[in-house]
Amino acid sequence: MSTGVGAVTTGRLFVPRVRRRLAASQFVYGLCWLIVAIAVFFAIFGPYVRPHDPNYSMLQFQYVGPFQAQGYLLGFDSQGRDLLSRLMVGARTSMLGPLLVALMSMGAGAVISVAAAWWGGWVDSVLGTILDILFAFPGILLAVLTAAVFGAGLAAPTIALAIAYTPYIARVLRSAAVRERAREYIAAAEVQGVSAWSICARHLVPNLGRLVVAQATLVFAWAMVDLASISFLGLGVQPPTADWGVMVSTGETGVLQGYPLESLSAGLCIVLVVVAVNLLGERMAERGERKLG
Amino acid sequence: MSAVAAAPGRRGPHLSPLARFILRRIGLLVLALLVSSFVIFISLNLAPGDPLSALSGGRSLSKATAAALTREYHLDDPVLVRYWDYLKAVVLHFNLGTSIQFREPVSTLIGQRIGVTAELVAYSAVLIIVFGVGAGIVAALRRGAVDGSIIAVSTVLAAVPSFVAAIVLIAIFAVDLHWLPALGNGSGFAGSIEHLTLPAIALAASAFAVVTRVTRVTVRAELGLEHVQTAVSRGIPWPLVVRRHVLRNASIPITTVVGITVTSLFALCTVVEQAFNLNGIGAALINAALEKDFGVVQGISLVLVGAFVLANAIVDLLYAFLDPRVAIGARAS
Repeated sequence: MSTGVGAVTTGRLFVPRVRRRLAASQFVYGLCWLIVAIAVFFAIFGPYVRPHDPNYSMLQFQYVGPFQAQGYLLGFDSQGRDLLSRLMVGARTSMLGPLLVALMSMGAGAVISVAAAWWGGWVDSVLGTILDILFAFPGILLAVLTAAVFGAGLAAPTIALAIAYTPYIARVLRSAAVRERAREYIAAAEVQGVSAWSICARHLVPNLGRLVVAQATLVFAWAMVDLASISFLGLGVQPPTADWGVMVSTGETGVLQGYPLESLSAGLCIVLVVVAVNLLGERMAERGERKLG
Repeated sequence: MSAVAAAPGRRGPHLSPLARFILRRIGLLVLALLVSSFVIFISLNLAPGDPLSALSGGRSLSKATAAALTREYHLDDPVLVRYWDYLKAVVLHFNLGTSIQFREPVSTLIGQRIGVTAELVAYSAVLIIVFGVGAGIVAALRRGAVDGSIIAVSTVLAAVPSFVAAIVLIAIFAVDLHWLPALGNGSGFAGSIEHLTLPAIALAASAFAVVTRVTRVTVRAELGLEHVQTAVSRGIPWPLVVRRHVLRNASIPITTVVGITVTSLFALCTVVEQAFNLNGIGAALINAALEKDFGVVQGISLVLVGAFVLANAIVDLLYAFLDPRVAIGARAS
């Protein structure tokens, strides 16, 4: 494999370490995909595969721990409901809101950034200023304000967060779209008389695709934290509906009495999904940037 | 905008890039304050039902109270006139409206509670600066296991929502180990430090992670630059090289990221105060939102958003003063 003394030594020292590191990072990303897949599975099928009714409460089993009752793997929560079933069913509301936020801000961000890059000039300036102003409104405060106006629930905070996260997506996409707009193939298409609409829809947006998806993935992770916080505060998903944010909140009494499992398990679910989605999103963003060059 | 940024002249007859940047940023600040105050103001009209029922939070009002509220909020005037009056009342008299629930001015309510919030944010900021920047520098200078474990910890911490951090801290340090109190404000200096330690850590956790990562990357990048290698090759002692050539140059982006993350605490404190039952304005905002006490929601939102916008502008301006290149290239990229 190697010809010289130097190559032998560097080869021995270097190659295994790189390989080990590569294997380690592949393992981490594989784990991330696994976590996301499990969470998505329960978000879709949770209500059908849960072992028990998540809202059926047997108060005599309040705070009974894991492995103590046959068929109740994680034990019971503060109101004697099956914890495992609640975690499974809770995946749906916990992930649906962030998904909607990501999709909405992705759509709005793509439209705004392509419009700014395509027309440039004053359109770009006006849109840029609007985005700068939007940056001024912290997402979670906007969500609290809308929840106060329209009443508690998932709908109002979801829309508020979609608006608040649009500038984050649009800012990254705008600079990429400007670079792409300056490429020759766009000019060539323009010379051939292809309409602006068709160039944007057929070439520009698809070429930005990876970056769009990467940013939306990151927004999903942020929005998941925010919406769980809103539900924790009592302004989002309402109890007794099973939701991870709500469960952290309803479990707080248990934490103070020395039975922290309900809060901690729901919190762990949130953290695992957010870490996994974050890592995958960051890698996608890195690759998307590199590909666009 | 590109024309503005592209002017390369050293000192043109017009404004310098720095002055232009400052003017633009202050203009943006004023615009942001106007827009956000308008959004907060108009939200009352967007509420389902009429503004009066939004103000009362669905409580039934006597004729006299309804008339008094109509008079106080000038509900019969056109929207823009009312907005102008609202702005005047806020700016000139610091009149933020009245709490239906507590029957006192919102400004009094805020005055009683803002101390706790300020202490909490300040305590968190100190933690972020000392431990966040410190861990980032250590990770950058010591490659290998130390670096790896700091990265791993900060990646996980960045994803821990503040309310989950709060619950974990309460479960371990208050309930299990009995080291620190779980809930409440405490009194006196020692008492508040004792009661605010867990909340401040919960509030700082995710910001700490961001600051650590940015510090690490910045210091690493600085270490690889030629002027550092030159300094090393000239025989300047390593600690001196790090202090003079690396940290001083890295301090600009680090200052910015610390500024941005500390600013974000103004919004996050609502969640942490609620989790720890602290009597600050964040918890008061949530309580008012739950109780539909709309005057309080508007008043505290205005204060928090105003502080957030103002602090952001200060960070941007500070950045431009520390590193004049920013002003020149501000909108060019």
